[in-house]
Amino acid sequence: MDITVAEALVRCLEQEKVEIVFGYPGGAILPVYDALNHTSIRHILVRHEQGAAHAADGYARVTGKVGVCMATSGPGATNLVTGIANAYMDSIPMIIITGQVATSQVGTDAFQEVDITGITLPITKHNFLVKDPAKLPVIVKKAFLIAATGRPGPVLIDLPKDIAQARIKFKYPKTVELTGYKPTYRGHPSMVQQAAGLIMSSERPVIYAGGGVRISNAAPELLQLAETISAPVTHTLMGLGCFPGNHPLFLGMLGLHGTRYANQAVTECDCLIAVGARFDDRVVTKVSGFAPSAKIIHIDIDPAEIGKNVRINLPIVGDVKNVLGAILPLLKKKENGAWVARVQQLKKDYALRYDRGGMLKPQYVLEKLNEFKDDDAIVVTDVGQHQMWAALYMRFKEPRSFLSSGGLGAMGFCLPAAVGAKLGAPHRTVIVVIGDGGIQMTMQELGTAAEQKLPLKIFVLNNQRLGMVRQLQEFYCEKRYFGVDFQFNLDFTALGRLYGMEGYTVETEEQLLEILPRVLTSPEGVIVNCIVDPEENVYPMVLNGSPINEAID
Amino acid sequence: MKHTLSVMVENNPGVLARVAGLFSRRGFNIDSLAVGRTENPRVSRMTIVVEGDDTTLEQVNKQLHKLVDVIKISDLTKDAYVDRELVMIKVFAEPSERAEIMQLVDIFRARIVDVGPKTLTIEVTGNEGKIDAFELSLRSFGIKELVRTGKIAMLRGYKTSTKNNNYKEEEVS
Ligand SMILES: Cc1ncc(C[n+]2csc(CCOP(=O)(O)OP(=O)(O)O)c2C)c(N)n1
Repeated sequence: MDITVAEALVRCLEQEKVEIVFGYPGGAILPVYDALNHTSIRHILVRHEQGAAHAADGYARVTGKVGVCMATSGPGATNLVTGIANAYMDSIPMIIITGQVATSQVGTDAFQEVDITGITLPITKHNFLVKDPAKLPVIVKKAFLIAATGRPGPVLIDLPKDIAQARIKFKYPKTVELTGYKPTYRGHPSMVQQAAGLIMSSERPVIYAGGGVRISNAAPELLQLAETISAPVTHTLMGLGCFPGNHPLFLGMLGLHGTRYANQAVTECDCLIAVGARFDDRVVTKVSGFAPSAKIIHIDIDPAEIGKNVRINLPIVGDVKNVLGAILPLLKKKENGAWVARVQQLKKDYALRYDRGGMLKPQYVLEKLNEFKDDDAIVVTDVGQHQMWAALYMRFKEPRSFLSSGGLGAMGFCLPAAVGAKLGAPHRTVIVVIGDGGIQMTMQELGTAAEQKLPLKIFVLNNQRLGMVRQLQEFYCEKRYFGVDFQFNLDFTALGRLYGMEGYTVETEEQLLEILPRVLTSPEGVIVNCIVDPEENVYPMVLNGSPINEAID
Repeated sequence: MKHTLSVMVENNPGVLARVAGLFSRRGFNIDSLAVGRTENPRVSRMTIVVEGDDTTLEQVNKQLHKLVDVIKISDLTKDAYVDRELVMIKVFAEPSERAEIMQLVDIFRARIVDVGPKTLTIEVTGNEGKIDAFELSLRSFGIKELVRTGKIAMLRGYKTSTKNNNYKEEEVS
């Protein structure tokens, strides 16, 4: 029996076991919405298309599945752009479906026409404009394959309205051929062998773990590697949670706002094992001063990352889990006693510190939040100072517990991503750590959370300003503060009440400690407005042009 | 150093934009780019001349590989190869100068493809050096218009840049 392409699209999604679609309707995508009605797929109506993309992203980060979002043509599609770029930078598997004007109108500047495949060319792993109705199933199959395999990423399908209404015989292909797409999963045996040799002969190894560990579910292998060779483990923002935060070998984050002991250990190490990380400029800061005495082993599934930013002595292209699995049997237990002792000393000497006098400190809020939260709670942050403090002061046992916009650093990510995260993991507590700036970028998604009855635990670190930019102006503009403080700020507890949430304002440590247990155990959504010291800076901090071991704190 | 890359791509709409966009986005310099179908109608071949050191070339290569539509890339510069470019030149040619121009046409094995009252249009193929030399020798007569195809190139001998002459989808990686 013939069905419409829109109906076929929904069947394809069902075949791909899609349970949730985040979206916002409009004229050009009407046929798809009509087909989505009365299916097993749950549609989450967001309040802005950016929210749909970030929510699909948060859902994907927590579940490891492909996140799906959709929007109409023109403004619907352009509103998705930030969310798509964010997913692209952080390698998040995502399918984006956009409506498009009818094929006869494409290229005529028709009402609500934008060239979204053109616009998203540099921020998608691949994209498709559907021109032939019969090809839709193959395109969807390819899109899911590309999004989820290799180095994952967002794939967009642009569907003109007339094509969506055309009728086809539906058959979902079992496999598809992608001639030019062959990710490498297994590390080259000789490279694996050499890496094992290099690791065994090293005396001061450090492991530098990135988001690739989470993507390939390689946390167990990473733990085994670290314990076998007694190597301390530092992580990127994306890698937080990939190594247990309470482990003696845990070093915390490295880089621009990394811990001083992690940065020092990397500077002193003789062998740096980079696992699913990409030597981002926020990690490396000054290339010539990065791990100067180390032989660098770089394990990554994306060959283009190897040698892109720093010199690599030993590249291994492959899936992190596979490669670590191949290296482990070649290793013998080693102690590196002197090195481990040195690193423990660094951890003592360079411990994180802040002054608790005066106003409530944001670091204290996060330390306590860390203490009181469940082990399996998910923390979602926005972008700014609070994000760095969360990454420094909070500990995680498992990957997929800390969600943050890394590569793009997109304010506004947090709330919608938390919506997606809670839908992806309904039984886990979802804690939102957000600034008073960032919450105002996408706070309309509180409506989505309320509608879907998602009890988010929102902690606004309210410093009445754009704290991170204020900090930059303090250091780089000789304190000429401009455009960073809010003359008008709203009462976030009142905002919460509008959306049916409980609300508290805390200004002291005592007030915080009093409400924390209640907030985290309450079945309701809560907004905690934490009035924190506006002068506080994120330390450690590596100033522009300095190597990572020259941080101030 | 200049490198001549042969890039096999799936003949999908937008593939040229993907490749060209990648070069501009990543700050790679394209010297010339020529595209056309191959023996397989589903595959196009781009010959791209790109300027850069080894690190740049490695990135060009790897980033191109990430494009789903790119099937295979070969750096012909690493091997013996033949390259050609076709150029058409419309040159001012007063009756008194025509003999001299035709002599040059002869020497360079070029061809006159159109004769106008005041101009001659000349076609010449060859490698870059020959074409540059030919252009230079016509300068004094006054070049009214010039168009170059961009370089195309092929490996010498039995070897090819496609993996297999009898192209089959499964066999190309
Ligand atoms: C969409 C977007 N716009 C601008 C920025 C630049 N930016 C980075 S951090 C920051 C300040 C964030 O302020 P707030 O949300 O209050 O958090 P805080 O730094 O105070 O913790 C800004 C403006 C950004 N990262 N993203």
